[in-house]
Amino acid sequence: MTQRTVRAEPKDGQGNLGRFVRLIPSYAGLVLLTFVFVAPLLWMLSTSLKPDFMTTRFPPQWIPRDISGEGYSTILTTSSANPVLQWFLNSMIASSAHTVLVLITASMAAYALARMHFPGKNLMFVVIVLTLVIPQFVFLIGNYLIVQSFGWLDTLLAVIVPGAAGAFGVFFLRQFFLSLPLELEEAALIDGANRLQIFLRIILPLSKAPLATLAVLSFLTNWNDFLWPVYVLLSPESLTLPPGLAILQGAYTTNYTVIMAGGVLASIPVLIIFAFAQRYIIEGVSRSGLKG
Amino acid sequence: MATQGVEQPPVQRPRGKTASGGRKPADASPLTAYLFMAPYLALFSIFILVPVVFGVWISFHSWDPLLPVKPWVGLQNYVDLISPGSTTFEPFWKSMEATGKFTLYSVPLLVIIPLLIALMLNREFRGRNFFRATFFAPYVLGVAVIGILWRFLLDPNVGLVNYYLGTLGLPDNIPWITALPWAWVSLVGVTVWWTLGFNTVIYLAGLQDIDPALYDAAKVDGANGWQRFVNVTLPGLRPVLLFVITVTILASANMFGQSYIITQGAPGAETKTAIWYIAEQGLRFFKMGPAAAMSYVLALALALVSLANFALFRYRGD
Repeated sequence: MTQRTVRAEPKDGQGNLGRFVRLIPSYAGLVLLTFVFVAPLLWMLSTSLKPDFMTTRFPPQWIPRDISGEGYSTILTTSSANPVLQWFLNSMIASSAHTVLVLITASMAAYALARMHFPGKNLMFVVIVLTLVIPQFVFLIGNYLIVQSFGWLDTLLAVIVPGAAGAFGVFFLRQFFLSLPLELEEAALIDGANRLQIFLRIILPLSKAPLATLAVLSFLTNWNDFLWPVYVLLSPESLTLPPGLAILQGAYTTNYTVIMAGGVLASIPVLIIFAFAQRYIIEGVSRSGLKG
Repeated sequence: MATQGVEQPPVQRPRGKTASGGRKPADASPLTAYLFMAPYLALFSIFILVPVVFGVWISFHSWDPLLPVKPWVGLQNYVDLISPGSTTFEPFWKSMEATGKFTLYSVPLLVIIPLLIALMLNREFRGRNFFRATFFAPYVLGVAVIGILWRFLLDPNVGLVNYYLGTLGLPDNIPWITALPWAWVSLVGVTVWWTLGFNTVIYLAGLQDIDPALYDAAKVDGANGWQRFVNVTLPGLRPVLLFVITVTILASANMFGQSYIITQGAPGAETKTAIWYIAEQGLRFFKMGPAAAMSYVLALALALVSLANFALFRYRGD
């Protein structure tokens, strides 16, 4: 993305100082907003580190005087009703497998749609793109019965596979593949390389940024998915974290240390990903909007 | 963009044979292409195409997967939805009303507030990317985390929200999650807090695509800040605005987790949304025929709202 360059300031004597003074109200507003966005998350972290009896004391203790691991030890101890560690592993497995599935299937299809010629191509592309505007809930009942007929209910396959059918990845990667120069592939074809070799050795290595963007967005979406797992995962040991957290809240109603520890556990992986892949996430989101 | 420097307009290859003859032997047969398409097409057919069509079929039946017989009922499931007195009529339209209210309250805020923040961020200053990332951060947390966190913060007795209102001398006993209108204030407020960053980054990208020369020209013509906003920024953002409004309406119509976790539908079933009612009827009580019919009615309502939105934008544009 091209950053807009700083334009010359008007020549009426306002230098950096004038510019700075004019920015003060903005800065004040932005700092206030930062507080609004960060404070709730800090409160979650702070509460998760307190002994239970301290969590509802006023005035609020933002920095716990007595650090306690009781919240975390409760959720990490194996309990048959609320195996939080198992939910965490399930979420990791499901989101990783889902991401790999999306990357493989979407990149292959996107390459064919971008570069190859075959009967039915345009029709396929139009149909795939049209489904982008169909709201998810339309698939709900049908997919439940399909997943059930495969024997996938209450297994991780139910949260790994169906979501990978979404058209976003194909659409997103096709746009990028179309922007790659054709000459590289043509030279390779003349040298006798086949399509699979070109795809694996030329196209994919050139597409690291969009693939990373798609990987991160797929992982986050799957990690956070809530409605579908609430209804297709049923027994305690097969849940992912989001439906698990809802159950944890029901089980520990006012034991806020335990509930917030669960929240922190579910947040850590996505916040780490966000910290490292922020550029991919934000640009993926903003560009997907504009190209649509 | 996150892409490499090589930007080229997509070159359309001529169909069939090119001038240089058999230049691409690997493409001689479309088989390769079909093999590349096959894995995705399998997923797409099974989990997108089939469910849409299958759903229509189900909606014409009294479909309970636990029963051996699934009798054909024709349009009865749809007729029930428009017949006052049927078992589904009252609760379904109540849930549609909840979704409608939520959409009505949250969409304007989620269209306007992120625009204001994007305008604040759309300048060169130290810390710009930090602020952008901070405002976006809640969005990467799922609704389950947001839900349990805010249920705690909004608790009337032990939550921080009432505590800090009290220290400001305001009422400190507001029933945020159990009474109206507070339950809606909470759900809308939490949703704005949670998803505001998403719309903000889309606006920001749109703002950066507006040609700076237009602002300079407007300045030369003596336009003040507000005039520049109305005459340069807003017209430049038109497609982005349409996109943001459309996506936000769609997201609002899908609202489920916030009320499932924070208000749990309370008070009564006032905040039980349409998608929750549909999922519950279909996937908990296995009344799949009526649930499928409801999902198409909701989709139709959503399509009408989107069309109205598109028409409005076109009308204003001409």
